[in-house]
Amino acid sequence: MKELIDRLKKIVGDRFVSEAPEERYIYSMDMGTMPASAPDLVVMPASTEEVSKIMEAANAHQVPVTPMGGGLVLSGLTRALKGGMILDMKRMNRITEVNPKSRYAVVEGGTSQGMLQAYLKKNHPELKHSVPDAPPIATLAGNVCIHGSGHLSVLGGYHSDMLTGMEVVLPTGEVIRTGSCSVSSDWFGKAPLPDLSGLFMGWAGTTGVVTRLGIKLFPSYRYNDLLIFVCDDAEDMPDVISRLTSTQVAEDMTPWMTPIPEWARGFMHINIAYGAHSKAELTFKRNLLQMSVKAYKDKKTGGFLPMPPPQKNRYMKIPTPDLVRFADVRKGGGFEYVGAIMAIEHFAEAYRAGVEIAEKNEVSYSMGARIVGAGHSMMFFYAYAFNRADQADMARAQKALEETNAATLEMGGIPWKAELPAQQQIIEKMAPDTFALMNRIREALDPNHIMNPGNWERA
Amino acid sequence: MKHEEILHRCFRCGYCKLPSNYTDINCPAYQAFRFETYSPGGRMWLLRGWLNGEITNSKRFAEIMFSCTACGNCVEQCAFPKFRDLLLEVFTAGREAFLDAGHVPGPVRDYLTKIQLHGNPYGKPGKKRPEWAADLGVEPYADQEYLFFVDDVGAYDTRGQEIARSVAGILQQAGISFGMLSGEEVSDGNDVLAIGETPLFEELARKNIEVFNQKGVKKIITLSPHSLNAIKNHYPALGGSYQAMHYTQLLAFSMGNMSLQEDGPNHRITFHDPCYLGRHNWDYQSPRMLLKGLPGASVVEMDRNQKNAFCCGGGGGNFFTDLVSAEEDSPSRVRVREAAETGADYLAVACPMCAVMLEDAAKVEGLENRLQVKEVTEIVAEYMVGA
Repeated sequence: MKELIDRLKKIVGDRFVSEAPEERYIYSMDMGTMPASAPDLVVMPASTEEVSKIMEAANAHQVPVTPMGGGLVLSGLTRALKGGMILDMKRMNRITEVNPKSRYAVVEGGTSQGMLQAYLKKNHPELKHSVPDAPPIATLAGNVCIHGSGHLSVLGGYHSDMLTGMEVVLPTGEVIRTGSCSVSSDWFGKAPLPDLSGLFMGWAGTTGVVTRLGIKLFPSYRYNDLLIFVCDDAEDMPDVISRLTSTQVAEDMTPWMTPIPEWARGFMHINIAYGAHSKAELTFKRNLLQMSVKAYKDKKTGGFLPMPPPQKNRYMKIPTPDLVRFADVRKGGGFEYVGAIMAIEHFAEAYRAGVEIAEKNEVSYSMGARIVGAGHSMMFFYAYAFNRADQADMARAQKALEETNAATLEMGGIPWKAELPAQQQIIEKMAPDTFALMNRIREALDPNHIMNPGNWERA
Repeated sequence: MKHEEILHRCFRCGYCKLPSNYTDINCPAYQAFRFETYSPGGRMWLLRGWLNGEITNSKRFAEIMFSCTACGNCVEQCAFPKFRDLLLEVFTAGREAFLDAGHVPGPVRDYLTKIQLHGNPYGKPGKKRPEWAADLGVEPYADQEYLFFVDDVGAYDTRGQEIARSVAGILQQAGISFGMLSGEEVSDGNDVLAIGETPLFEELARKNIEVFNQKGVKKIITLSPHSLNAIKNHYPALGGSYQAMHYTQLLAFSMGNMSLQEDGPNHRITFHDPCYLGRHNWDYQSPRMLLKGLPGASVVEMDRNQKNAFCCGGGGGNFFTDLVSAEEDSPSRVRVREAAETGADYLAVACPMCAVMLEDAAKVEGLENRLQVKEVTEIVAEYMVGA
C-alpha cells in the first residue's frame, strides 16, 4: 500500500491523499442506514489526467476505486465495500463552457448543483438547469449517473435524459468521450451516434469515472408561479396527473402526502410549477392548468389550495432546505428514502403500501413523487426518519426501507439508486440474460474488478 | 462534552459548506483542505465517533478541530433552525474537551502559553502595548467619553500599529473624545474563548474589566471586531458591562464632522466583511456607509459579501496558529483573488487581522500592483481636505 500511496501523492500532491483514520472514518458511511465500510485511503484528483493516472495505479496494485461526488446518495453507494480508495471528485469543480444558443453547459465531474446555479444566475440569467431536491453541494455528475430528476423533469425527463455527452476515465485508465463531443468540439447532444453514455448511468460507479459532462439548459422565466392541487382520493391521482401534464405547460410536478402538519394528513397535494416570459403568458398557462382539472372542481372532489405569498415562496425555493429538515423530525439527524421509479397508474397502490409499511414499522414518514416527462413515469418516494443515536430506531427504518423496496418491485416499479439489499432484489427479478450482459460489459471494461466492487453483484 | 447530546442531529447535508447564493465553498478550513473531515458536518461526526469510542485522538484530529476559524458561516447557512445556533458552541466545546485531554496542536499550545505568560500572543511585555501611539498625542484614558481599546495585533504587529494610528488619527479629526490605556490591559481573549480555553479567557477578561472599572470606563471603541465581540457579548457575564462599538460604527455617524474633498480620487473599492463585525454582530452597513460617503469613490461587491462573506482565515486563533494555511487554497489567497475579480483597486478591511492576512495573500498572489489592501480609515484619509 505504501508504494501505491507514494505513487498517488506524486499524481495529486501530498495534501490530497489521506490514509488517516479520520478520513477513513468519515468516508466509511453516508447519512443513510447502511453500515459503515471503510476505505483504505481517500484521494482527491484535480484533473482528468490525474484520474487517468490514478486508475492506472489502482490497476497496477489491484486496489478498488469508489468514485464519489457529493456523497449524498443516502443509500450507501459510495462506501468502499471492499476497501481500496475513495475518489472524492469535488476538487474538479470547474464550469468549462456554457453555450447559450444551443443551451448546454459543460462541467467537471465534481461540480456542484449550487455552483452551476449561482454561475448561471450571475452570467446567464436567461438560462437554468434542472436542480434536484438534493442539497446544493450535490454534484451534477453524481445526480446524472444515478438517473436523478429535478425541477424541470416534467419538461425534460430524468437528468440522464438531459445529458448531452460525457468524458469518462475507464477503469483501465483510458479517457473516452460519449455523444457529439467525441466527434466535434460541440457538446450539443448524444444523437446520432451509438449512445455509449448508457455504459455509465445507473451502474453505481462500477464502470468508470465521469470527469466531464454536458447537460441541457432551459429558459429561465421572468415570471414564475406555483399551484397546489388537492384531492383526498389517491385513486384519482393518475387521471389528475395525466390531465395536468397534457397541458404541456408545467416545468415540475411533485405530489406530496404527509401526516404532519395535521391539515395535510390524508390529502394528496400536487405542487405544479410553471413560468412565463410575460404576465399574460403566465395567466394563460395558469388557466390551462386550472381548466385541465376543472372536472374535479365541478364534482367537488378536488381543487386548488389558496396560498399566502410566504408559503408559496417557501414552496418555490429551489432547492428547498425543507426536505433535509425531515431528518430532524425525530430530533435524530437521519432519514433515508426509497425512490420507486414506476408507472403513474400505480400511484394509489404505492400510496397505500407506504402508509401500511410506515404504520406497521412505527416510523415517521413522508411520501411524495416527482412526475417525469408528460406523465411518462414517476419517482415515488417513501422517506423514513430515524434517530441516529438510537440503533433500534435505525433498524426500524431499515426494515421499512427493505419492505418498501420489496413492495415497489411487487408493483412493477424499480427502486432508484438502490442500496445493496435492494440491488439483490432487483437482480433476482431481472431477466437473467440482461444481468449476464451487465457482467460481460463490466468484465470488458474492468478486467481487474476494481470499480466500486460489491455493487451490482449477486451476493 | 458540552452539547454532546445534539451531535447526532447533524445530517451532514452540506448547506454549511456554502454561502446562501452557492457561489463557492464558504467554510475556510474545508476550502483549504477539501476532505469532508474539515467541513462542519465532518467535525460533528468525528466528535460523535470520538465520544462513542469509534475513533481515537490524533495530531490530525486535533488539527481538524483547531483549524475551524469560528467564522460563523455554518451557523448562518445550516438548514436546521435552533440547532444551528449551537454549532460554534459545539466546536468550541469539542476543542475544550481536546484541551482538557491534552490533545493540542503545537502552535495552539504556544499561542495559549504566550498569552498565559505575557497577556498577549506576541510574548512581549505589556508596557510596550501603547507604543503604537507614540507621538500621536492620544491622551491616557481619564475622563474622556470613550476608551479606544487596541487589540494585540494593533498593539504589537507593525501593520496593525499603522492601522491603529490611522484609526486614532481619524477619530481625532472627527472630534471624538477618547483616551487609551497604558499597557495595564491584556489581550481581549476573544480567540482564546473560541479556541475553548475558557478559564484563560475569563482570567484575561477579568483583568481588563478590573482596569476598565478602575478608570470608570463606560463607553469603548474597539479597533478590532474581535475585541468588540468579546467586550460586548462575553464581558457582561463576568461583570463588565460597557457600551462597546467598533470604530466604523462610530465614524459612520461622524462623517459630518470630517472635512472631505468635494471630488476625491476615483478608487474602485470592494469591502471585505470581518466575521466578528458581520456574522457575529450583524453590522454590515457601518463600513459601507463610510466608504460610500467618499466623493469620487465607487463601491463594488464581491460575490460573497455581508452574511455570505468568506473569512480571511485568521479567526479562532488561526492568525497566530496558521492551521488553515494551504498554499493556493488558503482562505486569504482565495479571498484576494475574489476581490481582484471585481476590478477593484482597493480591498477595504476593518480588522487588523484581516488586513495582515489579506495583504500577505495579495503579495503571494502577485496582486499588490493592482489591488491594495487598505484599512477603511486609511482610505478615508485620502479623501480628507489637504490629503
